[in-house]
Amino acid sequence: MKRRQFNQALAAGLALAPLGFPGIVRAQSQKLKVGVLLPRSGHLSFIGQSCQKGADLAPGVIKDMLGVDIELMNADFESNVDTARTRAERLIQEGAHVLVGPFESGAAAAIAQVAEQRGVPFMINIAAAPQITEQGYKYVFRNFQTAIDIVRNGLVLMGDLFQATNTVPRTAVFMHVNDTFGQAMAKGIGALFPRQNHLPFKIVDTISYDPTAKDLTVEVSKAKASNPDFVMLVSRLNDAVLLRREMVKQRWNPMGIVSPGSPGMYEEQYFKALGKLSEHSISNVPWYNPNARMTKIVEKAFLKQNPKDKLVFHGLNVGFTFEALLVVADAFKRAKSTDPKVLRDAIAQTNITDKMTLGGPIKFNAKGQVEGIGSACVQNLKGEPTVVLPKEAATAKPVFPVPGYKKA
Amino acid sequence: MSRGAILLAILAAFLVAFPYLGGAYALSVLTLILYLAYAGQAWNILMGFAGQLSLGHSLYVGVGAYVAGGIFFHWGIGPWAGIWAAILLCTLFGLAIGFLAFRFGISGVYFALLTIAFAEFTRIAFDHMAWTNGAGGMFLRVAQRDTIDLLNFRGPPEMYYYAILALAALAFLASYFLQKSKAGYYWQAIRENEEAAQALGINVFRWKMLAMAISSGMTAIAGVFFAFYYNNLFPEQIFNISRSIEIILGPIIGGVGTLFGPILGAAMLTLLSDGITEAFAALGWEIPGIKQVFYGVVLLVVVMFLPNGIWPAIARKLKL
Amino acid sequence: MVVAGVLTGLVYGLMALGLSVIFGVVRVVNFAHGEMMTIAMYGATMLFAAWNVDPFLAALPLAAAFFVLGYVLQKGFINPFITRPEHSQFMLLVAVAIIMVNGMLMAFGPDARNVMTDYQLESFELGKVYVDKARFYAASAAVATALALFGFFRFTLTGKAIRACADNYLGAKVVGLNVKHLYALTFGLGSVCVAVAGCAMVVLVDVTPGLGPYYTLLAFVIVIVGGLGSMTGALLGGVLIGVSEALAGLLIVPSAKSMFSFGLLILVLLLRPQGLLGRRPQ
Repeated sequence: MKRRQFNQALAAGLALAPLGFPGIVRAQSQKLKVGVLLPRSGHLSFIGQSCQKGADLAPGVIKDMLGVDIELMNADFESNVDTARTRAERLIQEGAHVLVGPFESGAAAAIAQVAEQRGVPFMINIAAAPQITEQGYKYVFRNFQTAIDIVRNGLVLMGDLFQATNTVPRTAVFMHVNDTFGQAMAKGIGALFPRQNHLPFKIVDTISYDPTAKDLTVEVSKAKASNPDFVMLVSRLNDAVLLRREMVKQRWNPMGIVSPGSPGMYEEQYFKALGKLSEHSISNVPWYNPNARMTKIVEKAFLKQNPKDKLVFHGLNVGFTFEALLVVADAFKRAKSTDPKVLRDAIAQTNITDKMTLGGPIKFNAKGQVEGIGSACVQNLKGEPTVVLPKEAATAKPVFPVPGYKKA
Repeated sequence: MSRGAILLAILAAFLVAFPYLGGAYALSVLTLILYLAYAGQAWNILMGFAGQLSLGHSLYVGVGAYVAGGIFFHWGIGPWAGIWAAILLCTLFGLAIGFLAFRFGISGVYFALLTIAFAEFTRIAFDHMAWTNGAGGMFLRVAQRDTIDLLNFRGPPEMYYYAILALAALAFLASYFLQKSKAGYYWQAIRENEEAAQALGINVFRWKMLAMAISSGMTAIAGVFFAFYYNNLFPEQIFNISRSIEIILGPIIGGVGTLFGPILGAAMLTLLSDGITEAFAALGWEIPGIKQVFYGVVLLVVVMFLPNGIWPAIARKLKL
Repeated sequence: MVVAGVLTGLVYGLMALGLSVIFGVVRVVNFAHGEMMTIAMYGATMLFAAWNVDPFLAALPLAAAFFVLGYVLQKGFINPFITRPEHSQFMLLVAVAIIMVNGMLMAFGPDARNVMTDYQLESFELGKVYVDKARFYAASAAVATALALFGFFRFTLTGKAIRACADNYLGAKVVGLNVKHLYALTFGLGSVCVAVAGCAMVVLVDVTPGLGPYYTLLAFVIVIVGGLGSMTGALLGGVLIGVSEALAGLLIVPSAKSMFSFGLLILVLLLRPQGLLGRRPQ
């Protein structure tokens, strides 16, 4: 209620202003209204709520840093594509100047169409399907790696990992979840892995499994039977937990579990569910730089809003959601206008070097995609996801093979 | 003109004029309503007329969408050709399922479970199909949306709205004529008492198969529309049992077997869903999940107290 | 691995048993079955978190609570629907399921919860085969409950009365049995199975609000395959599905193993709708 009344008052004020005081129209009271579309209920709820934390802390931090006012209009699209579309339309109708979200590729595609149609800039925080920025959209921007990039960076980091720990694994089993993300990653691996020659191992078996499976005994047996040195895993959260448990039950201790880029093993639930067993799992994912100036600022704000939580557990979600809002706020500051076309052009000109995630500056190419976003090798150490590579961002040394490795 | 016809004319005029009356958001909501009304109407023919409960109708939506979408994706052939392939394949599926079910005497709950099984089976199959890019999803190429490209069914939201409006109207007319036709009377007999109908010499099997064919074929068109409206398809989403449930909510709440039931049900449920979301937003309560709880409660209340659906109750009140 | 399939199958069987009992007697399709089991699982995690109660012990109070819940649900909501067409019943339980799932989301949040007992990661070594303890205990609980239920239906007066209702509704009424009460009792008993199955399942799987539909569907597959109205059928069906999924995962692509279960369901529905051990439906 309060927000609506405020909006109405503001609109009335701005409408009346030209009548009496022409100069005040462009005054400081201009706010950027950002429609935030996230799946806070439905099957993606825990990720949506995690991203929301990144959004909630943004207005305060951005006000301090850039002196710009942004106002969040939060919408829950319930992990449902139809709802994503109608909510996007609703937000635009209620006056959102830009849209930010949605974490899921299907919803991203639907919202992108609405945004393009209505001519409202859409800043994607997280979504990996490459096709979204291949459609020739002018109003859609993404500051996240596509599945192909994730795989490429993930494989490079693997090579770095082996070099840094002086290990030479010869064989690996590739296990992946058979859903949208898993299949996209598997395709990426299928395309990139044979073409590279800096990795010393061969993939001896590929095992895909059902994302809703509650019992992975068979899959783990199969994997163990091919006797690989380590496990290359693309998973979600629940299946990562199941797999790890199953590995223990079947007394299988490979060199380690390394993900070329997938959620699951760095998330808080993984630690909570597995305790000590979560230790040493590795995920090569886009991540924030623990040593960056902005990271520390965001972390402070995060802890203030979520005193019982830790930023590390939401690294990816919060990092990229915050940056999405940073991008739109920065564009707003430069554009000095909330006109969507002007904002869109301003976003296209973005060049932010002072940021919190790893990699090069936030700069969009002609397709609206940021190139050069970095990944980190994140290992679970002492109950927390810890950046161990690249060296400049590392806060600890990688451990590989894991203690307890038994050549089977 | 009877009261009913006048009201119908007013409704029709309202719907045709709507893009000029409402905003973009309202248009997107109404498009969704009409889509659900259309699919619900198609399902209603099988359930409301012939009395067979199908809980796996997402199968036809999905297959229709993927066939037309796949043809467009791989060979650039537009939906006007693709739609025939979609209808053909879905009708064949429907007939196959119908044949298996009716020949073996499956009915009632068992039939419903059979339809669920087929839908789930197909979902997992599509997850592994390379031609459709499996679980990774199929993304159709989206072109500029300001120009109307009728051949490839691309254009502004208004175009899609009129398309689905036309489809919903056609479905309504088809249901109307079917109900009054010989098929309609035989279906009613079968629905009321299948054994008696059989005893009277009605070829129950043939008429049930006809219902399956019409219902599945019509639903295929909904799938084609879906493919070209949303432009991306994931087996996990489109074949999901929640989509089957979504299709049947409208007719059941609105009134199974009635002409207006599916439309009324679809409209009321979508508006209810959005209304609850708006109400909570206005109150400032952003608790994930609370909206669905309310939605479920309303469903519960309607099902308990209006067992025949909302339309019959309203029709009585309006003395139609 | 076949052993693991059998053990997990027994737990599925218990859950399906609850459904079979309800469906066989009351003839209502309980589409909220999986959601009820999810609630039981949450109950077990709460008891564990608060007082470190082992899930198998928690099964006792939870079973009692669920008996009441089931009884009330049947008497209060479902009873008027027995004579109504299937789609109305379906809609009622879908609405109940929606309320349950989102109520759980509101109450527990979206993160997965679990219990961490000592024996969860241990396994017995039988030669070359590893049998994990948790699965073994879970299966034992399932079998024990099933036996108890079996005994109830066979040897107690109430049990026989319920079976009478299932076989011949009119006849039962004529004889003077309080059918409504017996129906509610049956639903309560079915819910007890669900509660115990939930407690057993929670040592194997983490619980999230959206777990329901998967288990509901699974329960139906098992009940149909094993045979309606047959308790051993439900357990057998569970084991069959558990083992076949394990084998299918081994022989074909693991991600398609559910396809096998649904394929089996289709075959059974067509060729032998009464299932392996059931009686022909009236």
